[in-house]
Amino acid sequence: MAITTMVGARIHRREDPRLVRGQGRYTDDFVRPHTVHMAVVRSPYAHARIRSIDVSAARRSPGVVAVLTAADFKPVIAGAMPVAPAFVPEKKQTPERFPIVEKEACFQGEPVAVVLAEDRYQAADAAQLVQVDWEPLAPVMDLEQAMRPGSPTAHEGAPDNIGWDLTFNADAEAAFAEAEVVVEQRIYQQRLAPTPMEPRAILAEWHSGDQTMTVWMSSQSPHFIRLFVGGALGIPESRFRVVAPDVGGGFGSKISPYPEDYLVPAAAKLLGRPVKWTETRTENLQNATHGRGQYYDLAIAGNRDGKLLGLKITQYLDIGAYVGTFGAFQACACLLPGAYVWKQVASRTVGVLTNKVPTDPYRGAGRPEATHLVERMVDLFAREIGMDPAEVRRKNFITEFPHTNPFGLVYDSGNYAGALDKALQIAGYEQFRREQEAARAQGRLLGVGLSTWIEICGFGPSAATAPATGGMALTESAQVRVFPTGSVTCYVGTHSHGQGHDTTFAQIVADALGVPYEQVEIRHGDTAEGPSFGYGTYGSRSLAVGGMALLTAAGRVRDKAKKIAAHVLEAAEEDVVFDQGQFYVKGSPERRKSIQEIAFAAYGAGLPEGVELGLEAVAYYDPSNFVWPFGAHICMVEVDRETGDVKLLRYVAVDDCGNVINPMIVEGQIHGGVAQGIAQALYEEVVYAEDGTLRTGTMLDYAVPTANEMPPMTLDRTVTPSPTNELGVKGIGEAGTIAASAAVINAVCDALAPLGIRHVDMPASPDRIWKLMQEAKA
Amino acid sequence: MIPAAFEYARATTVQEASELLRRYGEEAKVLAGGHSLIPLMRLRLAQPSALVDINPVRELDYVVLEDGRLRVGALTRHVEIQRNPTIRENLPLLAEVADEVGDNQVRNLGTIGGVIAHADSAGDYPTIAVMLDAEIVTNKRRFAARDFFQGLFTTPLEPDEVVCEVVFPVARGPHRYVKFRRRLFDWAIVAAGAQRLDDGSWRIGLTNCGPTAVRCLAVEQALAQGVSPEEAAEHASDGLEPSGDLRASPEYKKHLARVLTKRAILQAQ
Ligand SMILES: Cc1cc2nc3c(=O)[nH]c(=O)nc-3n(C[C@H](O)[C@H](O)[C@H](O)COP(=O)(O)OP(=O)(O)OC[C@H]3O[C@@H](n4cnc5c(N)ncnc54)[C@H](O)[C@@H]3O)c2cc1C
Repeated sequence: MAITTMVGARIHRREDPRLVRGQGRYTDDFVRPHTVHMAVVRSPYAHARIRSIDVSAARRSPGVVAVLTAADFKPVIAGAMPVAPAFVPEKKQTPERFPIVEKEACFQGEPVAVVLAEDRYQAADAAQLVQVDWEPLAPVMDLEQAMRPGSPTAHEGAPDNIGWDLTFNADAEAAFAEAEVVVEQRIYQQRLAPTPMEPRAILAEWHSGDQTMTVWMSSQSPHFIRLFVGGALGIPESRFRVVAPDVGGGFGSKISPYPEDYLVPAAAKLLGRPVKWTETRTENLQNATHGRGQYYDLAIAGNRDGKLLGLKITQYLDIGAYVGTFGAFQACACLLPGAYVWKQVASRTVGVLTNKVPTDPYRGAGRPEATHLVERMVDLFAREIGMDPAEVRRKNFITEFPHTNPFGLVYDSGNYAGALDKALQIAGYEQFRREQEAARAQGRLLGVGLSTWIEICGFGPSAATAPATGGMALTESAQVRVFPTGSVTCYVGTHSHGQGHDTTFAQIVADALGVPYEQVEIRHGDTAEGPSFGYGTYGSRSLAVGGMALLTAAGRVRDKAKKIAAHVLEAAEEDVVFDQGQFYVKGSPERRKSIQEIAFAAYGAGLPEGVELGLEAVAYYDPSNFVWPFGAHICMVEVDRETGDVKLLRYVAVDDCGNVINPMIVEGQIHGGVAQGIAQALYEEVVYAEDGTLRTGTMLDYAVPTANEMPPMTLDRTVTPSPTNELGVKGIGEAGTIAASAAVINAVCDALAPLGIRHVDMPASPDRIWKLMQEAKA
Repeated sequence: MIPAAFEYARATTVQEASELLRRYGEEAKVLAGGHSLIPLMRLRLAQPSALVDINPVRELDYVVLEDGRLRVGALTRHVEIQRNPTIRENLPLLAEVADEVGDNQVRNLGTIGGVIAHADSAGDYPTIAVMLDAEIVTNKRRFAARDFFQGLFTTPLEPDEVVCEVVFPVARGPHRYVKFRRRLFDWAIVAAGAQRLDDGSWRIGLTNCGPTAVRCLAVEQALAQGVSPEEAAEHASDGLEPSGDLRASPEYKKHLARVLTKRAILQAQ
């Protein structure tokens, strides 16, 4: 690109003034006349059979318009909810899921009836009056127990609880046979709730006159919803419009379709009135897909000189009662090799059904898990051979790119030692090690932890992803429209719900077309606008894929403008130069035409032959590879020897996402991501009681940390552009979360080393650490 | 928030509040700051038939020093307890405790009367009231704090009874309240309070170590006998039977009781 005035600029997010003033428009803010409000009656049991449902009292309750159950929905909703067939050939069991329970509820919170009333209060009151005659069944809540022979099954009549059992690479025996040192460890990762600030919400309006459905909803991927829900309701995409307006965060939990996504529009169609449902916080904690919830048996092999040789993992995932639409993407094997060269890596993944809400992608989806595992195992190995963990990492980093990892994935570019060295220097690592030694002599427990993370993102090259998605390409689309006076509106198939696309995408287009940033409008989230399909936002894909679609469309517009400019300047096209929004003939920059003038000309009479009127273009971009961001995070902690409480002293993150469009937005993503990683390391955990009751149904019990609990953070970067795309960019939306839990837990384990404690599972709560201290003493 | 339907009435005097409560009957509830009651209504764990809003009752909002006792009106908000010069001078421990309650939103609305009437085992003021032998005064009776807190969420309050004030002794000596929690705005997992009285004796109390606030007589006695704070604090868990929860096992709570008691005494100033 010739012009770089906006790309790279540290400018404030343009969406913020609107959002912080309360001028955002979220789904619940939308009001349609004659709306009916929906409340959902949910299973109080983790596993139970419905003998009968008596809705008569609810139906008589004031303001109630209708009470609907599976019997009412069956005729209008076709088929089961979708499951991306990630590993279809090997899949063992994918229990069918209809959006509302007909006979057997398989987790606490599954919908069994909906009440529709004139207002939300009446709907909630009547929901209490729906009488369900339940026959409780034995629930399967524990992952290990669920795999034992003779365990009750999460679904009646199922042969067992195995959802999938796949081996990616079976063999690492040679590496292990050759190794001087082998370290084994079992590691648990707790279930997490995504807790977006805005819970889910849906408003659906059916026009029987023209047979069109409009749905406003809080979603990361409105086009997918149109595809799935429109399909199930038998409404063609041309008459089904999904609008995801301002969305208050998703973190992965607003990608897949949910039962209510079908029930609300179906009810609107049945009743002929708009229907609205807004989730409560407790419903969100109970029913939005959870993340993680896994344990792993791991072994690492290497030599005493620090050389790593082999890694083995068996991953057990608590996938909940159904296989989440994109649940299989949590199988983290392919990223397990991390930033290191191995001789062999073997991996098996087992998905296990339990009577809990399904798990699905949650910020990082598979990559935080993998990073945590490999970074923990490398630390355990370093400790075993008595070498500094920074040294072990340096000795084993991949240094040549492109690099093909043991699972056949090709890392595009990197400079892993560069990021680590910079982070160590900023953190004052050597100095801290000396302080740590002095503190240990006084009985204080200081620790430092590293996480030299890498990740795969920018989903995805369609050649690689289509088999996992049932043929969906996972490309991205954009449309650029230049109006006659030169202002620009862009439509993108991604969706921004905290990522700041309105700002970064406008920066890219402003430079590409040489128009003022202020005159570039970015629109997304409305399936009635822009290209016919968009793939949504998740997996840190929006810039590397969506940004490239936008750049490609802008390039097409510029190429056409150049043709017109050549005509206006009476020159040959190849002699015309485009620079900062101006066209001129090579060598005579004083005779120039602005892009605004050319835009006006594009809609006027007298265009050259063969050039169509107008100045707009659509592009679909299919990347040639994934992109591979990386970095080095360092966390310093002190553990209270008496209480086990972890105090975060300092956090340093040096990240590399290639070229940076807007440093402030990158930093914001890392701050938030690190906070979520710290949340997993120390605070959050979804807990179910043995009988299947969710014990963390409010923010009192589900301990999301706040700004108060965050350490001082120092952020910096290295820049290693991606060769995969013209922008040279990689994703950064999930990096903080991917990196942080390992840095924190490595620091905690380092602090506890003098007590002989090797490993701490998450969340590393004071209670848990105190228990480990007691055991170590005994 | 989607609570069940309820009647709503505002009272401007204690007497009016009491009459309204009588009129609405047993299922009615006083509404003070709402920061315990409304979360329960939101979950429909509480479905009161009526709320009698006492926020307009001006006569319950005061702090006075009288005959060497500190009288704190039931409607005094946490934020006022934090800042009130009379409290800061005469019972600085109470102001310190208020500093540690919830977050700004909670402190701006929550009231001492609400904490006392709600009788949550993790409430902070009940500990101070019990360890200092405060009195709880209603529109009908006076209680010694130790008799008022009968169990978890359980008090002798009758349906039309309104907590009017809490009467504390003055104590200006060394003091400390050490509250252990995960997040800054969380309720205590365990907290320990220590106050030295003018006669040199100590009062020690614990929060969230049983169904009600606990006064640690064994620790107080050990200190009176001249035992070191470290040794004395070992008695903090004597006779405790805390229940476990998501954040702490009973054993860990007992351990915290000892550690925090020691810290409270050592850090008292
Ligand atoms: C996020 C959060 C964190 C919190 N953290 C803490 C904490 O760390 N420590 C702590 O102590 N508290 C904490 N609280 C609770 C807070 O202090 C509440 O304000 C308090 O428990 C109740 O006081 P209130 O005025 O809000 O009472 P309300 O919620 O209005 O009432 C509570 C109960 O007391 C009754 N009641 C209230 N006033 C009277 C009266 N004068 N006479 C008779 N009955 C009455 C009500 O009927 C109701 O049953 C927290 C609350 C929240 C939301």
